[in-house]
Amino acid sequence: MDYFLQQLVNGLTLGSVYGLIAIGYTMVYGIIGMINFAHGDVFMLSVFIALIVFVLISSLVGGLAIALALIIVLVCAMALTALWSWAIERVAYRPLRGSFRLAPLISAIGMSIFLVNFVQLVQGPRNKSLPPIMDGGFVIPVGSGNITLAYKQILIILTTAVLLAAFWFVVQKTSLGRAQRACEQDRKMASLLGIDVDRTISLTFVMGAALAAVAGVLFMVQYGVVNFSDGFVPGIKAFTAAVLGGIGSLPGAVIGGLLIGLIEVFWSAYFSIDYKDVAAFSILAVTLIFMPSGLLGKPDVEKV
Amino acid sequence: MSVSSGDAPAGVKPPILQVEHLTMRFGGLVAVNDLSFDVARGDITALIGPNGAGKTTVFNCITGFYKPTAGRIALYRGATPKPGTLDALTNSPRRFATGDDGGIFLLERMGDSEITARAKVARTFQNIRLFTGMTVLENLMVAQHNWLNRASGYSFLGLAGAKSFRDAEAQAVDIAVQWLDRIGLKGRADDPAGALPYGDQRRLEIARAMCTGPVLLCLDEPAAGLNPRESAELNEFLMSIRSGNGTSLLLIEHDMSVVMEISDHIVVLEYGTKISDGTPQFIQNDPKVIAAYLGVEDDEVDEAETELEK
Repeated sequence: MDYFLQQLVNGLTLGSVYGLIAIGYTMVYGIIGMINFAHGDVFMLSVFIALIVFVLISSLVGGLAIALALIIVLVCAMALTALWSWAIERVAYRPLRGSFRLAPLISAIGMSIFLVNFVQLVQGPRNKSLPPIMDGGFVIPVGSGNITLAYKQILIILTTAVLLAAFWFVVQKTSLGRAQRACEQDRKMASLLGIDVDRTISLTFVMGAALAAVAGVLFMVQYGVVNFSDGFVPGIKAFTAAVLGGIGSLPGAVIGGLLIGLIEVFWSAYFSIDYKDVAAFSILAVTLIFMPSGLLGKPDVEKV
Repeated sequence: MSVSSGDAPAGVKPPILQVEHLTMRFGGLVAVNDLSFDVARGDITALIGPNGAGKTTVFNCITGFYKPTAGRIALYRGATPKPGTLDALTNSPRRFATGDDGGIFLLERMGDSEITARAKVARTFQNIRLFTGMTVLENLMVAQHNWLNRASGYSFLGLAGAKSFRDAEAQAVDIAVQWLDRIGLKGRADDPAGALPYGDQRRLEIARAMCTGPVLLCLDEPAAGLNPRESAELNEFLMSIRSGNGTSLLLIEHDMSVVMEISDHIVVLEYGTKISDGTPQFIQNDPKVIAAYLGVEDDEVDEAETELEK
């Protein structure tokens, strides 16, 4: 029992990070029907930004309370990553809008390669690491054993929950969110109602990147080590999560993220750690055979 | 008598929209050929003509969907400008000139969202293009995005629970509910727009266009697919928009019961060219219009044939 609960906590922690990245994929797909392959690398970039800001803060003002330092890191990482993503959309995707469908996709793959190589060049190919930022946790006795709720796990799950709530509020209850949903359904009509579609799309990229940056900061806190190629696997996993949940659906992305995280952790815990990715992708394949539009996705029904 | 040069002579209403020498070519096809007409302020103007006459193309040029091959489309939000002002603007690279009394907008130079947001022209389509996945109320809120987003602190102030955000949202809901009341859909505010019956969707679409606060509303076949009772309701609704909101209307319509009953002014197109322009009584009795709609009388065809045989 204690082992199971411990794995559940670990799975939810990992799933939160996937979910946060998955939202960026699903939102961009929803609004312009494109898979932003560079999103995983934007996430990787955000970990580097977070790391650099953290090191800067601790060397400039040593002994700053860890909570305050993390908040500053979070804000800086969100802002800078959002700026990057905005620039990527502006340079690589917007000029191709209205071109054939594959053009922005290929451009996205190009941006992904660019980001990986750029970071490798300026940061070097070796792992960058931090001393553990947050140690310790609560130990809760359950049955015959204990489960450990590390402080950083609590931080990750809480931050994810709070940010998702804020994000849900923006999309559902504000004018910007309504404009985004309108653009999702009929971009031309939205534009005829006076909505600046280009700006709305830019803001979607900005919001997706900001959430990826949150995932990046949490990743830094959890693992404390990053390398230029670390965007690929989490990116693919988050993309899988978005597809599993039903691409285009926001709650779907979160649920998909949590599921992928749980599957991975439980498979590693009870079966074989080597095959955890195989397990996650197999479950994706099986789900898509029986539910082609994912768990919460709406099927594309064409009315005739 | 001292009438300033920009004023229209008594009895004739000043124009809100002036289309001059509008031409639209697609490759070798001339869809609209040197078309000029005025839409008078506060009038309901109808654009009619057989299928393929170029009516929707004219709409697409006015609302920024197409860039006309040639011609000028000037919209005046305020008073009609003095003659020199419009030409000065046309000769400058600017797209519009705003002043205290509204402004002049050269629609052929502007993009579609700009035309709605700045020049205040709204339109609907032949087919219904509601956001079916959003609620009825949300559809009307989306149309108010322009001022609402600004007034609500670009939406992000909402996260801080700011009062300005809540006030702006509440005001937008008020406006939306007033429109729902006018189209009799107040009770269905929270239903998905796609779940409404066809006739209700048509009226909701017009209400949504009105929520952008237009000075000119362009309706492309608003009565298409409506039964006679619904058409009569539509007539009433359109007349109330004209009188209650002071919005001028330009509509494309095939349903003559709508056109003849509510229009102040009719423009008839055939093969992209204007063949008639006047009041409903004038149009009804114009032989060129009758010929375009009903074809030429048989005896006239006989006459033409005998001419040829000679």
